[in-house]
Amino acid sequence: MNDDRTAPRFPLPSELTDVAGAEGWASMYPYYTRFQPGDDQRFWFYNAMHFPEPMPAFDAITAEAPYTAIGANTARMFVFPTTLGIEHRIVNGRVYITANPVTDPEEIQHRLAEFSERAGYYYENWDDLYQGWVARITALIDEVQRIEVPRLPEFEDPEVVFQAKGVAQNHYVRENYHRLIDLYSKMWHHHSEFLMLGYGAYVVFFEFCKTSFPEIPDQDVARMVAGIDVILYRPDDELKKLAKLAVEYGVDDLFVEGCEPDKVLAALAARGDGGRSWLEAMDAVREPWFNMSTGAGFYHHHRSWNDDLTVPFAALPGYVDQARRGELLDRPTEQLTAERERIAQEYRSLLAGEEEQAAFDQMLGLARVVFPFVEDHNFYCEHYFTTKFFAKVREFGELLHDHGVLADAEDVFQLNHTEVGQALTDVMLAWAAGSKPVGSAHVRETVAERKRMLEALAGWSPPPALGPVPEVLNDPAVRMLWGITAETIQAWSTPTADGDHEVRGFAASPGVVEGTARVLLSANDIGQVREGEVLVCPVTAPSWGPVFGKIAAAVSDIGGTMSHAAIVAREYGLPAVVGTGHATKRITTGQRLRVDGDRGIVTILD
Amino acid sequence: MNTSPHVRRFAELRLTDRPTVGGKGASLGELTFAGAPVPPGYVVTTTAFDAFLGALDPDGEIRTAIEALDSEDTEAITRVVTPVRERIEAAELPEEVAAAIRGHYRDLDSESDTPGEPAPVAVRSSATSEDAEDASFAGLQDTYLWVRGEDALVENVRRCWASLYSVESVSYRRRLGLPEHDLAMAVVVQRMIDPRCAGVMFTRSPLTGDRSVVALEASWGLGSALVSGDVTPDKYVVGKVTGDICSRTVSAKLRQHRMDPSGSGVLEEDVPEYLRDEPCLSDEEIHELVTLGRQVESHYGAPQDIEWAISRNLAPGHNIYLLQSRPETVWASREKAPTASPKARAFDHVLSLLGGAGSGPGGSTK
Repeated sequence: MNDDRTAPRFPLPSELTDVAGAEGWASMYPYYTRFQPGDDQRFWFYNAMHFPEPMPAFDAITAEAPYTAIGANTARMFVFPTTLGIEHRIVNGRVYITANPVTDPEEIQHRLAEFSERAGYYYENWDDLYQGWVARITALIDEVQRIEVPRLPEFEDPEVVFQAKGVAQNHYVRENYHRLIDLYSKMWHHHSEFLMLGYGAYVVFFEFCKTSFPEIPDQDVARMVAGIDVILYRPDDELKKLAKLAVEYGVDDLFVEGCEPDKVLAALAARGDGGRSWLEAMDAVREPWFNMSTGAGFYHHHRSWNDDLTVPFAALPGYVDQARRGELLDRPTEQLTAERERIAQEYRSLLAGEEEQAAFDQMLGLARVVFPFVEDHNFYCEHYFTTKFFAKVREFGELLHDHGVLADAEDVFQLNHTEVGQALTDVMLAWAAGSKPVGSAHVRETVAERKRMLEALAGWSPPPALGPVPEVLNDPAVRMLWGITAETIQAWSTPTADGDHEVRGFAASPGVVEGTARVLLSANDIGQVREGEVLVCPVTAPSWGPVFGKIAAAVSDIGGTMSHAAIVAREYGLPAVVGTGHATKRITTGQRLRVDGDRGIVTILD
Repeated sequence: MNTSPHVRRFAELRLTDRPTVGGKGASLGELTFAGAPVPPGYVVTTTAFDAFLGALDPDGEIRTAIEALDSEDTEAITRVVTPVRERIEAAELPEEVAAAIRGHYRDLDSESDTPGEPAPVAVRSSATSEDAEDASFAGLQDTYLWVRGEDALVENVRRCWASLYSVESVSYRRRLGLPEHDLAMAVVVQRMIDPRCAGVMFTRSPLTGDRSVVALEASWGLGSALVSGDVTPDKYVVGKVTGDICSRTVSAKLRQHRMDPSGSGVLEEDVPEYLRDEPCLSDEEIHELVTLGRQVESHYGAPQDIEWAISRNLAPGHNIYLLQSRPETVWASREKAPTASPKARAFDHVLSLLGGAGSGPGGSTK
């Protein structure tokens, strides 16, 4: 790599000013998320992959809980030798992060002894432990669903007296709310349980391939490892089955592009046996498979398919059409498995000798063992659990609404999680005292003010990074997940040579196509995507899977070659360019684009 | 069935025939044997040269006179070789040599894709030196392109032979002290194709030595524009395993070499404006070339450096030709130590990487 380049210069945290009209933004978030004076000396990057929009106050918990867990896992539980945790800061509603390395050789050695023993135990027993993990996480999802939000009756149930329970309902308001928050935190611990070890095993194989085959495309490495039977594809597979059923039951004519889900549901209900059978079939798969967030699972307003059928119903017309034409909708898993094997064997045969082949076998074998977790944890954690979690928070919002604290139950997300606790205490006190909560005027004002600020913050273009660039930047997770390397940072800090017509990113999935841009800033607008368009978005989440059936290519602001957008695009055979930094800023809906997934270049043709 | 020892068709040759057909002839034979689409042709063998020179100089007087020359004495060399060259270029070929050359040319001509005019051929010297391919004659002998008709062919074969007696060739041999009586030269006669585009193909990356990719360079017209550095070619990198085109650089191609409109000789000219920024290969052609490249690589069992051309006149699917293939030498000569060795347990690889590369138990993986 060239070291003679001029050091990129990003703004320092202290140089950022408040967005006009959102001067009080800091009041939304806990004090420990503010930039500190010493932070100017450190390198931060905008985590647009997980937090592409300004954070509503409550949603800041989706940064706090993960970083609490990931750091505990790497720094304290497994004692990774060279990595501590990730710190996060919020500015103008956006989440910036930095990874803390261990650099003292003596300390690394000291940690290594612990790490070898602990990580070794997990690698050695991976399959058993992973089976246990699935049981633990599903139990946790069960538990969160069983949490009751007390309704605070006029009089307690007589049983409370006759069974001498001795505790009134208002106590359970706080207990159950805290349990909800605690379970969310616990879920993130389990989310991290295997993750960094999984990435570690993958990165070792990845680096080996890059050393042996310096020009191997990242996606070829992924294709040798990626699972075929991945739970993350299951929701989409279920939709395809429903499309086939629509044809079988003779209700396929009701699925037309652009038609609202409510109208389709009403028409199905009015269509006699066929319609009824189809609706039953859909109901049978909604749990758990429609618990897919339209985002990456970090915002309350990225509703799940179950909350809003727009995403699945946007995909159904296309699938129904294919089913009607008799096209095979099932993923050809046997063929994919054979192809995966062929690719691996051919690369293996190109290695220089038996030594290398034996090492390749070890690394590939391990990468494949860890990969089911790396792929599937996303469904259990970010989608299934998180959907249930936000639904429960909404129920507490309803309680606050019922007691006059909130004008709308959904406003609960404008309070951060400690503030929600305070508002609930207000209700508990008022119920006990036979009075009204004192906070309603104050809380409603805060909610209105925050909604206004969020709107102002949405217009801000956050710099991709802040502070001085470190000399070494090689954190495997940062590289795999966010695609952030010395090269990315260099690209961010220098405007493209080809002026306004090119946007450069990672070549994530091969192929070259032209099409009309559809820029989507929020996953909730996914229903707008039309057949053959090029999807341009801040970050694509796995739940967007179905829409990949109708788009011609995908372009994202953020993401590395192992981001789920890249994996899904490859699966669907679509060109994709990810990690462009600012495609959504440079491109507008309706422009003609050429997406070159071989080279990672998007050309604006208009 | 060929019975003359003076001429051998590519299809009859293998690498081991080098002593009688020279390096180029033998490699075209081997390539043909490997099943590659090589423009048809034959080699006028060293036997033909021996017969010719034997008839011209039965007592070896010319050869003895040349052997007596001092490599530094250019004047003396010129005095001796000038009449020799004139004699060679004017001499009749022994009847059986001439008949063999002409007969095979008629065979080639009958397979012509442009009937009505004599088939154009390339006439090239093919050196027989064992130790270093073409080294003893490097760049000293001429190649004649777009030669048409039996008479012109015979004349150019003689010119090839005569080029052995240029001042440069002779001083070179004298400097090395090579015996004139062992001197031999084969001549390759090969159907010309009129290339829409041509180029080179490496079955490993010339940049990194990566054996999992094929690198292609291509420009309009004859490959000589590219080889001579007259043009910046289009560049393609294709993964061998998946066939994906991993990178594609279309360059502004300003110059091209092509057949002179008179029908003989080469014209160097500017590429018409509308073609300059166009890619010269379609995806289908890229994939077809890569398939051929891999086939030749696996025939030789080693990465290859291949010259190819695509005919302007023939239909897709039948228009690609390979003109030459030699083992890649640059990266082959610096194969490195294994990038990794197996460890006691698979996860030891991870422990050493996450432990700070190289500092882990069991040593480095990188």
